[in-house]
Amino acid sequence: MAMVQPRSIRARKLAAHLALIGFLVLILFPLVLVISISFREGNFASGSLIPENFSLEHWALALGIPWERADGSVVQPPFPVLLWLWNSIKVALVSSLLIVLLSTTSAYAFARMRFAGKAPLLKGMLIFQMFPAVLSLVALYALFDRLGQFVGWLGINTHGALIVASLGAVALHIWTIKGYFESIDGSLEEAAMVDGASTWQAFRHILLPLSRPILMVVFILAFVMSIMEYPMASVLLVDEHKLTLAVGAQQYLADHNQRWGNFAAAAVLSGLPITVAFLVCQRWIIGGLTAGGVKG
Amino acid sequence: MYTTNASRGLPRHRSRYPAERYTRWALRGLVAALVLALLWLVLAFHLNGQPIFAMLFLVLGAALGAVFTRRRLMSHRYIFPAVASMALFVIFPLLYTIGISFSNYSSSNLLSEERVRAQLLSRTYQEESATFGFQLYGNDEGVQLYLAREGEADEREAELEAALEGVSRFVTGPMPLAQGEGRHVAIQPAPGEPSGEALPMREVIANRAALQELVLVTPEGLELRMVGLRHFAPMLQRYAARDDGSLYDRRDDRLLTPDHETGFFVADDGERITPGWPVAVGLDNYARIFLDPDIRGPFLQIFVWTFAFAGLTVAFTLMAGFALASLLQWDQLRGKALYRTLLILPYAVPAFISILIFKGMFNQHFGEINLILDALFGIRPGWFTDPWLARTMLLVVNTWLGYPYMLLLCMGLIQSIPRDLYEASAVDGGGPLTNLFRITLPLILKPLTPLLIACFAFNFNNFVLIALLTGGNPDILGASTPAGTTDLLVSYTYRIAFQDAGQNFGLAAAIATLIFVLVAGLALLNLRLAKVRV
Repeated sequence: MAMVQPRSIRARKLAAHLALIGFLVLILFPLVLVISISFREGNFASGSLIPENFSLEHWALALGIPWERADGSVVQPPFPVLLWLWNSIKVALVSSLLIVLLSTTSAYAFARMRFAGKAPLLKGMLIFQMFPAVLSLVALYALFDRLGQFVGWLGINTHGALIVASLGAVALHIWTIKGYFESIDGSLEEAAMVDGASTWQAFRHILLPLSRPILMVVFILAFVMSIMEYPMASVLLVDEHKLTLAVGAQQYLADHNQRWGNFAAAAVLSGLPITVAFLVCQRWIIGGLTAGGVKG
Repeated sequence: MYTTNASRGLPRHRSRYPAERYTRWALRGLVAALVLALLWLVLAFHLNGQPIFAMLFLVLGAALGAVFTRRRLMSHRYIFPAVASMALFVIFPLLYTIGISFSNYSSSNLLSEERVRAQLLSRTYQEESATFGFQLYGNDEGVQLYLAREGEADEREAELEAALEGVSRFVTGPMPLAQGEGRHVAIQPAPGEPSGEALPMREVIANRAALQELVLVTPEGLELRMVGLRHFAPMLQRYAARDDGSLYDRRDDRLLTPDHETGFFVADDGERITPGWPVAVGLDNYARIFLDPDIRGPFLQIFVWTFAFAGLTVAFTLMAGFALASLLQWDQLRGKALYRTLLILPYAVPAFISILIFKGMFNQHFGEINLILDALFGIRPGWFTDPWLARTMLLVVNTWLGYPYMLLLCMGLIQSIPRDLYEASAVDGGGPLTNLFRITLPLILKPLTPLLIACFAFNFNNFVLIALLTGGNPDILGASTPAGTTDLLVSYTYRIAFQDAGQNFGLAAAIATLIFVLVAGLALLNLRLAKVRV
């Protein structure tokens, strides 16, 4: 590649590296700090980034193990972090599986079939997905409150309600999968149907195996979104042992009693797997998040 | 793009394969079971006096039945589950919220009118004009309560007299005096005092707790409870229903008429009896937002801050993201992959964790930020108590959270700009600034606009950040609703609905409806700019 290059390139490269590194130090400081704090002794300790009084107290407590201090007093874990994490994962797993199921079949119809009301439905979905669930929380609460009178597992303070409520947010995923399906040539399915396959069989045995990557992407996206969901969980879940991590974690930093050290360990413990999963899958997730259906 | 046989109205043949036939029957059975379950819900809601929810599930069940039985709607079977769940959990709540905004639904007007009436009719009071003196008689088998009529009921208690049938002495069977919540004990008319000695007063005092929980029931079903240390008095229903729908208050001798304007029973003297039921109040909630000075002031302040917050967030994140993207696009730079991964790290950490990390770091007394500021400049700003500092903090944190998204967007868009444009610019002697303003910006701005609008709409409703970081605090002084200087409109509605003592759902829904209108405007604008091709 014969680039025409301006002079003084070296100085500018150095400046760019310095600027980036400076920015990174600023940006990553909170994350490094939290890891450091999780190993410090006590809840109010300040000090250098490399802890002077190294202690595993917060980590033991985060893992639910009572910790015996040097003076002999035993500290009980303040909150069931692992239980919250498990609740979060349980809800996220089930709801993202259901979301993939729902959005795949509808994306197939939207991508391959001609039917009445297709265009308005697709556009309507795009519009409605912009309305945040926070605004209709009163109505959602009323809905699940009433439903709970007749169907126990869908009432307030159940994970069922949270899972079911998350199924409303399928529009984005439908658009993502639809875009992928449209990039696959339909002639393969048509050939199968000429040979006698039903529409469902063509979908199930021809198209689905071809679209495994996008299904993985949507699953991961839905999973991450479900883990981070806060407003609905904060209203629908009440008991401490039912909370998801997103709702429970804030109890560490309640106004009157801030458990900074305990929080740090719990945050690293629960945030690290999610962060690593995100980074591993970043190529697909970012494609889904930034492009989605709304291509410029 | 093809049309299914079914949509063309062609018949489906009986399958040659038994397995397929069974699968079809199993599916039909499943659909039938689902329809039946929904109909059962409809019936349950209807019988429970909740017509809106009955209607909702009736529509849902009918749609399910129609889509899965009519061959012409074959294609719709594929989209039905997703569309139905969106209708149920997005569109219905939205419409219901708009509906609530025209009512006075709140914690004091929560139950339906029938339930309120039933609740009032089940209330009792102690008729203290007809008391029974009591004495305890102890023997080997336990204690006996002996009751003798003392006061005379006035005329309006004809019902009471009828229930007593003129009997003025009652006695219980021998029983142990143990405590138990609301223990019911039958009493019988007594010919005279039981045999044995009456226990002294100190025995009564010693067993006061157990006695207070006793409910004595006459053969006619009249209930008596303890009043004072020496008496039991009959419990009477406080309200009697009249044929015209009003309630007669026996204790205070007054008439309560249902007021369908306010949703309360109102006494002659003007007192409102709680609880009430929700009634339509027309545009009252909207009028309050715009006319009541205690609400209008905070509302306007929050409204302006919401716009400023969303606009500034988009501006800051875009600037940071674009600058970094331009740097990372530079071919000469090494280690781009590593930089990129590290730069999007704030995006990979779950927001509810990083927001809480910042909450700790900004703490006035032991947060790291103030420790550093204290060491450098000797100041400890109150990030959570000063309105402007709190707003600054929110913008800083939100920029940290949001710039990676912009970075990724800009990187994608810059990559799609043909390289030879820059080549040509370099040949013609264009510097980096010329490149930026003449090539890069004009080319990415158009595809970026709809995404920026979506980002604006998202931050406009960025509830999680506010709820977890400041909770809306510090509060606006003199507001009659819980309103904070850092509240966004969404967190404001959330606080009115769920954190205020009055839980004024109607007012919250009215504000929510206003936000719906704004968001709908943004969404339509977005759709037009993005030129979405269906």
